[in-house]
This record gives sequence, C-alpha cells and structure tokens, in this order.
Amino acid sequence: MSTPSNGQDPGEAPATGGRHTAGAYDVRVVIAALIGLYGVVLVVLGIVDYGAAEAAKTGGVNANLWAGIGMLVFALVFVAWTRLRPVVVEGGEAVEDPTGGADTAGR
Amino acid sequence: MVLAAEESLRLDANLVDYALVAAYFAVVLLIGFAARSRVSDSLDFFLSGRSLPAWVTGLAFISANLGAVEIIGMSANGAQFGMATFHYFWIGAVPAMLFLGVVMMPFYYGSKVRSVPEFMRRRFGTGAHLVNALSFALAQVLIAGINLYLLATVVNALLGWPQWISLIVAAAVVLSYITLGGLSAAIYNEVLQFFVIVAALLPLTLIGLNRVGGVGGLIDSIRDGGNENDLSSWPASDLTSIDNPVLSVIGIVFGLGFVLSFGYWTTNFVEVQRAMATKSMSAARSTPIIGSFPKMFIPFIVIVPGMIAAVLVNEVQELKAGGDPGVTYNDSILLLIRDVLPNGLLGVAIAGLLASFMAGMAANISAFNTVFSYDLWQQYVKKDRPDEYYLKVGRLATVGATVTAIFTALIAAGFDNLMDYLQTLFGFFNAPLFATFILGMFWKRMTPTAGWAGLVSGTLAAVLVWSLSEVGVIGLEGQGASFVAAGAAFVVDIAVSVAVSMVTAPKPVSELAGLVYSETPKEVRTDPDAHELPWYQSPTKLAGISLVLVIALNLIFR
Repeated sequence: MSTPSNGQDPGEAPATGGRHTAGAYDVRVVIAALIGLYGVVLVVLGIVDYGAAEAAKTGGVNANLWAGIGMLVFALVFVAWTRLRPVVVEGGEAVEDPTGGADTAGR
Repeated sequence: MVLAAEESLRLDANLVDYALVAAYFAVVLLIGFAARSRVSDSLDFFLSGRSLPAWVTGLAFISANLGAVEIIGMSANGAQFGMATFHYFWIGAVPAMLFLGVVMMPFYYGSKVRSVPEFMRRRFGTGAHLVNALSFALAQVLIAGINLYLLATVVNALLGWPQWISLIVAAAVVLSYITLGGLSAAIYNEVLQFFVIVAALLPLTLIGLNRVGGVGGLIDSIRDGGNENDLSSWPASDLTSIDNPVLSVIGIVFGLGFVLSFGYWTTNFVEVQRAMATKSMSAARSTPIIGSFPKMFIPFIVIVPGMIAAVLVNEVQELKAGGDPGVTYNDSILLLIRDVLPNGLLGVAIAGLLASFMAGMAANISAFNTVFSYDLWQQYVKKDRPDEYYLKVGRLATVGATVTAIFTALIAAGFDNLMDYLQTLFGFFNAPLFATFILGMFWKRMTPTAGWAGLVSGTLAAVLVWSLSEVGVIGLEGQGASFVAAGAAFVVDIAVSVAVSMVTAPKPVSELAGLVYSETPKEVRTDPDAHELPWYQSPTKLAGISLVLVIALNLIFR
C-alpha cells in the first residue's frame, strides 16, 4: 500500500504527493456543512417565527424546529464519520483518469 | 398549456427561503470554480472519479436518476394511482440494478466499454452506431425538455411569470450552470443533491402524514374518497389500464419489470459511468447494489406525498373526482409543498427540486453534446480536425440543444401525467436498444446488419403499437400502452435480429474479444481479490440481502 508517488505525476496537479486525508474537500464535509447550515437556520426560524399560520400548515408541529434539529444531528454524525474513517488520497492516484474526465460524464 | 395553473400554484417564498436556495447554488458554484482552478489534489481525487468509495458512487448512481421524473412523475403517479406506483421501484428498478451489478458490471468494467454508441460501433460497425447515436441524441433532447418544463413549473410557481418566460429563464439558468462548471463536479454534486432532496422530502412526508392523521388516517381518507384501488399494488389495472388482472400483471412484470427497467438501468451510461469511477471490480459491482438500498425506500418519500396530496390538497381531490380545477397530477407535490411547508423548510424544498431538475437537464444536455460532437460530427461529418474544433462544435451543440429543449418542453407540457410520456419515450428508445445490446453481448453469431436492422424494426414496432393505442385500435392508454409497446419492441427486435443474422455474415470471432461474453477472457471479468472481502463489501452477498428486502417490501405492500 505504500505508493512513493510523483514518479508519473504529469505536473498539472499540486505537487503534494504521498498519502494524506481528503480534509475539507471530502464530500462528507461539504454535505455536513450545507445540511448543518440549513439546520441552524431552521432551528432559529422555529424558535423566533412559529405562530398560528405555521401551526395551521403543519398541523400543530413546530416543523422548522424539529427538522432543523434533525439536520444538525445528521451533520454531526457526518463530521464524526469523516473523523473516524477519513478518505485517503494517494499523491499519484488522483491525477490518472482513464475516463478522460468530465467530458464523458454524461454518457 | 397550463397557464391556468398560475393562480392556484403560487408558493409564498420569503427572503429566508431564497437565501437557503442561494446557499445551495453558492456551494455548487464554489465547487465548480475550485474544480476548474485545480486548487487541491483532494478535490481532484473526488472529481477525477478515481478510486472513489463505493458508497459515494452508489449514491451518485441513485441521485443521477432522482431527477424531475422521479420526484414529480412518481408523486403524480402516486396521486393518480396510489400504491401501484411502487412497482416502478420494487419491480421496475431494484431487480435490474442487482442484475447490472451481478451480471453486467464485470463485463463493462473488464472490457472498458465507455458508452453505448461506442459498444455499438465496435460490436456492429457504423450502421448500428449511426442509428443508435441518432436515436440517443433525439431521446436526450426530448428528456431534457421534460426537465426544463418542470424547472419552468417551479419558476412559475415561485414568481408567477408566464410559462414561456419561465421556460426561457430556466434554460438560461441551466446554460450558465453548465458553463460555470457545475457539470465538471457531477459526482460531487449528485451526492450533495441526494441529501438536500431527502432533507426536503422527508419532512414533507412526515408533516403531510401528521396533517391527515398518520398512516391510519391516510388509509381511511383514501377509502372514504372511494379510491380503495389505490391501497393495493396488484394487479395495478388502473396503472396499466389493462382490465384483465392476469394480463395486467404480465404487463407489469414483462413490460415494466423486464424490458423497460432492464433496458433503462443496464444501458444507461449516465449511470453506469458512476460505477466505472471506482477502484476495483468489486467496488464497481457494488455501486448499483449499494444504490438499490436507498432506491427501495425512496418511494416512501416520493409516492406517499403524492397519495397525501390526493386526500389533502383541494385541487388534487377535485381532479381525482373527475373535476377540472386547472391543475394536473404533475402539480401534486408542489401543491402539497404549498399547503404544508412553512417558510424555511419551503426554501429547502425549492433548493432540492431546482437542484435535481437542473442537474438532470444538464446531464441530458452534456450527453447530447458528447454524442453529437464525437459520435456524429467527428465520425460522419468532419473527420480529423484538431481537438479545439470539436470542443467548439460541442459548445455550439450545448446552446443548440438548450434552445431545442425549450420546444420539446412544450411537448412535455401537453401531458397530464409525465410518466405516460417518459415511459413512451423509453419504449421507443431503450427497449430495442436493450434487446440488441443483450443479444449482441451473449450471441457471437449476431451480424452487423442484424445490429441496425433490429434497432430500427424494434423502434418502429414500438411506434406502431403506440400509434394504434393513440387512435384507439388497441384499448390501452397511458402507461399500459407503453409497457406493451416496449414488450413489442423487444420481441420484434430479437426476432428480426435472429432472422437477419441467419442470412448475413457475422464478424470474425477474433474481433469480438471484450465485446461478446464468451470471447472475453475470464480474468478480465473477475476480481482476483474478491474472496478476501468482508460480507458488507461483497457484491453478491449484498445483492442477496437487497433481493430479500425488496421481496419482503413487495409482500408487505401488496
């Protein structure tokens, strides 16, 4: 599993090389950030803006509050998952793309 | 035209809702820019689609399909036909996904076929390739029209603009999404989009159920409305419009479950590409199999809201009772969103819907673009030009396809239930393709002439059955007609292919390696490390679990 990397690096990628975790670019971090943001906004809305009109729509449940809490819990679980099982990127790996990249993505 | 829907279908979005929608698009555009400027090799890793974990590709696999059609079409179906719609998932999707993972994927991954037209060209030569590339390009523009029409419906519901302005605005938005690099991060966005859609639809379902008094309340209301049929999934006579229960079941199992569904899932390279982005044969096989688990539970947050809308939303109730409230079944989920979601969750829902429609249309347009510039223009019109030339052709094709989609959207606007239209298109394009593909893959005697002759006659057979049912010669309508048309396309395609193969010359066996199952070496089709994997990474064991679950669901919700 030890790939010394960079031997075949064509040079267009950042020359980081070696093994490291995907960090902030792990798709789970982006998911957790967006859903977490939604969660915060909904919880705040649920606290400051829950009145008769909202209750009539939802049938008496503070939907924004509960959905917001659910999203926050989900975001935390995803952050924890990312911490516990990080995705490992190997330097030379990420730049070899046999499919030719996005041009074929739609086919 | 549904201009009458403008008044009733108005979503009261406020600033917070728009901010939540904007947040989603900000994230997508940021990823697009970061991808273009190649800021990090970690991002490259996710974008290049090299050695992705199977759960990521599995979700992208599902998400690429969880577009407008799924959300609007399946909830429309749920409102109109009730539980019979479950067949689209448990009969019409999961078994084919498992088949793709267990049987077809080793072949795809091993032989490195990158697209259906490419397979056709290598297996059958230019005749079948040309037919397939043309019909694929046409199908993509027609399906892009469906996505564009739905996108415009949401814009219309938000802003109240007339349909034609909404269509042009929606088309402009999609064009800028493609140009700004939204597509270069396709897999990334699809996974993100999946969670936003679930975040929108799960609360919608739960709040809707709360409004109608829980599951028991929903069942009682449907019964009180005199729609007892909506509460059972077999024999689905309302869905197929085949009165004889035995024939109706055959229509579902053979037409939908076999021809349409296997045709869609096993030859749809927008989805198969997702699986090709994994690091090993086992992970590639696992992709559709892992995807089958969320797929079998998606109907609960898509079809059930449609059924709720049918008893909770006044307009849909009226429509179901045979009245004309100025809405169609396609509006069911938007009307339910209007009635039950408070501001805040409304924004999340709009973000999820816009995201999925836009990504769906962008995928259609880019698929069209690739086939047009490389499979058609480069192959048959102008050969041997430099790469920049074909990129320029591709950009023009993108604009041309988007403009054409505005007109194909008007065709889609004419259908009360978009599933009718979509299944008809699948019957024309996918059913013959599947027949030719599967026969060509497993029968080395099949000849190049049989390749294109089968495709053409299969499509003609489907068009013929459809025309006969349109003018009323066959007593079928809606989705039943498309199941029968698809079945006819499959049978005629196979029959013609076999007959033509008998009298024409096959390709030499040496040219079929990697293209025909029996001529592809076993090492190419198998994963040497497969036996070392734990059960949760073993494709066949996961497929077994999935199969048991989906059979259980079929039995519970019969």
